[in-house]
Amino acid sequence: MRSMSLLAAAAAACLCLSTPAFSQEEPQVVRQNLMKEIGRSVGALGAIAKGEKPYDAAVVEQSLTTISTNIQAFPDQFPPGSEEGHETEALPAIWEKPDEFRAGAEKLHTEAQALLASMPADQAGVGAAMQRLGPVCSDCHETFRAKKQ
Amino acid sequence: MALRWGRVLGAGAAVVAVGVAAAWFLTKPNPMPAETWNGRGEPDLARGEMLFWAGGCTGCHAAGGATGEEVKVMSGGLALTSPFGTFYVPNISPDPQAGIGEWTLAEFGNAMLRGVGREGEHLYPSFPYTSYARMSPEDINDLFGYLKTLPASGNVAPPHELSFPFNMRIALGGWKFLFFDDGPRVEFASADEKLQRGQFLVEGPGHCGECHTPRNALGGLQTAQWLAGGPNPEGEGRIPNITPGSRSVGSWSESDLVSYFQTGFTPDYDSVGGSMVEVQKNLAHLPQADLEAIAAYLKAVPAQE
Repeated sequence: MRSMSLLAAAAAACLCLSTPAFSQEEPQVVRQNLMKEIGRSVGALGAIAKGEKPYDAAVVEQSLTTISTNIQAFPDQFPPGSEEGHETEALPAIWEKPDEFRAGAEKLHTEAQALLASMPADQAGVGAAMQRLGPVCSDCHETFRAKKQ
Repeated sequence: MALRWGRVLGAGAAVVAVGVAAAWFLTKPNPMPAETWNGRGEPDLARGEMLFWAGGCTGCHAAGGATGEEVKVMSGGLALTSPFGTFYVPNISPDPQAGIGEWTLAEFGNAMLRGVGREGEHLYPSFPYTSYARMSPEDINDLFGYLKTLPASGNVAPPHELSFPFNMRIALGGWKFLFFDDGPRVEFASADEKLQRGQFLVEGPGHCGECHTPRNALGGLQTAQWLAGGPNPEGEGRIPNITPGSRSVGSWSESDLVSYFQTGFTPDYDSVGGSMVEVQKNLAHLPQADLEAIAAYLKAVPAQE
């Protein structure tokens, strides 16, 4: 299990490195890309839930796996000194309430793992999965991410 | 001479008295006729629960940060800041002392539909009876029945902290005279059943317009700009325009809106933000047909810039 998640993390890191637009491995950029991948995975699930794409078990599994893997790596990308720059939307609350921040990430990881274990079996199942993921995303964003205006 | 002045004064006093009486008549608390509540029968609890989620009761009446089943504890206490002062949300759990456990259906109905409190006093429109007034007595009976099934809480909310003259409840009669209206916000040339349902949900229990419609200096809704968005009445930022003319959500399809209500994800898979986080969690409890009706209504209202 542990080696699996290490492997996945390594795979994610490779993916990051293979994108040329990166300025080295600035934590702000790394975390933004982890989150963008989560967003794309949610998008893939959403397309199935809305019926824009046919149900595809492989896509569902991969998407949930990416969400699970990336969110686990996510809270480690906020070292001191990365509070600003690269258009970061990170709020000071991340450094003020690190335990709560980690717990928020862990909540999404747990949710994604639970969904992987039960594996949504059809369009309606993916829709139900989206209903479980959404509030976890918005709760954490409300506290730790800058408001968009 | 003295007699004549006496007559003039008497006439003047009479005019003033008539004026005061007229003002009192126009602005006094106006409860529903008592017979409204007779023979309502057993509430339909499932229907009451749907109205509970549509009404977003938990958004204000649950303790801040409540999760899971805690959101059903209507303990009150949340502070609502406004330009007029701070309102503290009351306990509406079934607790007989701290909550509304000993209220009658008529008392609850007068609060919901007429903004009249248990002592016959005017209620502040921070409690959106201005929208809830579009609900029927049957709705009120079902919702009241459902609220009674929720856990009791002994929490006592602090009294409102309002500045003069807003701390004078009697003045609310004038406010209601000017701004309280239970008629439709939008007139549709023809409205099918779905659109009517959407109109009921948005303008009534959903009370969407309370935040999404701008207010004037006295806190009255600027109904000509229905759902046009405006400054956040509770603090920073702006509440978005949700009409078809909106730059942010005007381009969303009805199914985008339904998906957003159900999951909290925007069409580009960002998550819902601000006060809408709590609203979305409530909306997610509604049947899909109701969310589709809300979406249909939002696409049918006049576009605002």
